[in-house]
Amino acid sequence: MPDEAPRLRVALAGNPNVGKTTLFNRLTGLRQKVANYPGVTVERKSGKLTGAPDVEVIDLPGAYSLTPRSMDERIAYDMLIGRLERAPDVVVCIVDAGNLERNLYVASQIMDLGLPVIIALNMVDAAVSSGLVIDANKLTAALGVPVVPMVARRGEGLEELRTHILSPPPAPGGRRWLLMDAVQARIPALEAMLAEEVPETRAEHRFTDVLRALAADEALEPWRERAPRFTAQVEVQREAFAQRGIAWRHAEVSGRYAWLGPIVEEASTRVKGPATFSDRVDSIVTHRVVGPLFFLVLLALIFQAIFSWATPAMDLVEAGVAWLSSIVQSVQPGHVLMDLLTDGVIAGVGNVVVFLPQILLLFFFLGLMEDTGYMARSAFIMDRLMKRVGLSGGSVLPLLSSFACAIPGIMAARTLDNERDRIITIMVAPLMSCSARLPVYTLFIAAFIPQEQVLGVVGFQGLAMFSMYLMGIVMAFVAAGVLKTFVFKGPTSYFVMELPPYRRPRMKQVLWRMVQRSKVFFVRAGKIIFGLSIVLWFLASYPKVPPAPEMEQARETVRLEREAALEEARALAALHVADVAAFFAGDGVSGEGELHPDLVQARVLAELAADHYEAKLDSLEHVDQAHQIRGSLIGYFGRFLEPVMQPLGFDWKISAGLVTAFAAREVIISTLGIIYSVGDEAGSVALRDALKADRYPDGRLVFTPLVAVSLLVFFVFALQCMSTLAIARRETNTWRWPAVMWLYMTALAYFAALVVYQGGQLLGFG
Amino acid sequence: MTLKDLRPGESGMVSGFHGQSTPVRLMEMGLLPGTEVKVVRLAPLGDPMDLKVRGYHFSIRKAEAAHVFVKKAAI
Repeated sequence: MPDEAPRLRVALAGNPNVGKTTLFNRLTGLRQKVANYPGVTVERKSGKLTGAPDVEVIDLPGAYSLTPRSMDERIAYDMLIGRLERAPDVVVCIVDAGNLERNLYVASQIMDLGLPVIIALNMVDAAVSSGLVIDANKLTAALGVPVVPMVARRGEGLEELRTHILSPPPAPGGRRWLLMDAVQARIPALEAMLAEEVPETRAEHRFTDVLRALAADEALEPWRERAPRFTAQVEVQREAFAQRGIAWRHAEVSGRYAWLGPIVEEASTRVKGPATFSDRVDSIVTHRVVGPLFFLVLLALIFQAIFSWATPAMDLVEAGVAWLSSIVQSVQPGHVLMDLLTDGVIAGVGNVVVFLPQILLLFFFLGLMEDTGYMARSAFIMDRLMKRVGLSGGSVLPLLSSFACAIPGIMAARTLDNERDRIITIMVAPLMSCSARLPVYTLFIAAFIPQEQVLGVVGFQGLAMFSMYLMGIVMAFVAAGVLKTFVFKGPTSYFVMELPPYRRPRMKQVLWRMVQRSKVFFVRAGKIIFGLSIVLWFLASYPKVPPAPEMEQARETVRLEREAALEEARALAALHVADVAAFFAGDGVSGEGELHPDLVQARVLAELAADHYEAKLDSLEHVDQAHQIRGSLIGYFGRFLEPVMQPLGFDWKISAGLVTAFAAREVIISTLGIIYSVGDEAGSVALRDALKADRYPDGRLVFTPLVAVSLLVFFVFALQCMSTLAIARRETNTWRWPAVMWLYMTALAYFAALVVYQGGQLLGFG
Repeated sequence: MTLKDLRPGESGMVSGFHGQSTPVRLMEMGLLPGTEVKVVRLAPLGDPMDLKVRGYHFSIRKAEAAHVFVKKAAI
């Protein structure tokens, strides 16, 4: 880090959804640094206090309690006790004035850490309009730390808060709440034991350490190695409490709430308000009938927007990539480095950048749903369905997003606080049919599924397309169930989720988050894709195959034909030089207003020379490319894989296509295009016809409808997308999960296609 | 009776918990003996529940609600 160490480090802590990020933005003025905490996907946001560049402000992840249950809470706790980096000098606890008791719970835990604490009593305006007035002075007196009433959104109270930050109050002395006697009596002995076994634990944290270890298994576990005697003693104490019927697990919670309840009561004046805006909205969007309908309509709108709004932008990206390629290629045509740059790097990175519009849009809508509070409602509505497969309502959005693209879907799984649910969601998300599969589905369905109608209403083709999507969804649920049963054993996670009040979205924040998340994706996934693209390019380009000698001859013939045509055109035109001169010398409108038939003929010939023979040369170029890929390592792999893929009905060409499709699914289309010498334009009719016409040496068709179905099924299940692997690596922070993901999906694809092809042949569809 | 048995619109007061297995998170969220709780509504498919506790809403599944004993309030 280039800047000198900050004089003062301020941590912002508090529950989720209390305006922490808004306050952070107010304090730092958007000059922020977003990184990740080491080893996890939790964002570490920090910035400089405006007007005080030597004060660093860190936005901690939201936490309901310091007894950590989620990744976010663990990070918040570790930051506050200085386990990740130097502990902060001051903590600002943001609390929602409308929900004071629960918010003060975590604040009271922080107050026990021996750090100066300031309480920012946020959203007092919303509390007042719902009929609740809080006396901040009474709170200050009772809690023993400064309480600053504010409306962070409008900047009210900001100055007072800054003043407190710049001259921090003393750390709150002495604990003011009481732990139940029976538990309290055992604490000093345990503290002493911990101090003895792990002397480096800080005295002011010891009470918290002991309390955490006593109350939660997750907090006790880390001590098992460092402090075995302490751990054993805690377990003995728990047993003793249990035998005496003491609710030791609840001791801390009861003690804190017993202290906070009366304080909040004393400081609050309640006027019975009308039903809040939130309650009225909820009675509609979580209504039994209207709720699910609203959810479905909203999803339909989002997907419509993603597909239709993104298309022009995606076309633009594709055009841009092609333009860039041509520029680079023109620097030194045919040079191997230019080939690497255009066909390898630019094409590979372009395959990813093309998804940028969809990813940005999806993140925008997800951000909007998070910011307004609707996200929690969607989980509420869908939880029952998701529970059946062992997930919770929170997995709905990541999975649905994966229909557009698994990458934002996997990233959206961050909103899940249960680590197990998050991993399972990530693992099954790529089974949802993403938009990159669509061109492949379209090509093979259009080519091999008859256009007839079933029962006169639904077309076979539409039905086939629908089945592809359905197969993916069903398999995702099955896979989730299997993972849940066999890999992540243990009791079902519980589901406790706040339904935050609805709020007007803060556009600036939504956009900012959208950009940040997209950037993270491109930087991290981009590196991996960059490398793999080069590898794939190499495999397709080497060993270099010299063009067949007859090709050179064919090319020469075409060139000669073109010359001849041009010559003829010139000769015809020369006969009428005088006429042409007269035509242009006059008033621009000749007598008859027509050209001599010879001149018309000359123009036709010239155009023919330009277009027809160019096209001929192009197609010769395609033959060359086909020749090259056949002789390349990819062609070799294709033939090598052929015996393995034959039981699925795939020949070496399809196998080679599948190898290249590892980069991205839709690449198979351009590979097949190259192999069949029809150019690499996706969705062309020429490719469709070439596929239908191709035969094995013994005369059998290469592509029967059964082969096409087998291939389609393969595409539904196979994980052919290095971007997905890259992002899964990033989000799980290990190669283990992406490896498992790739293996199980590939195995699934192989066996499903095997069953389809072999079964189909047995049934006589061969 | 337990919290699970309250119907939408009904309120009650938490009287205790069914054993030590009750998630501590429920209590950390403010659901403690003596706390008033109202079942605002059920999700469209009948589960989870939307509860109002200490002036805010949170959602738990009926499976968790079955751990919480309540005394139903007279309406």
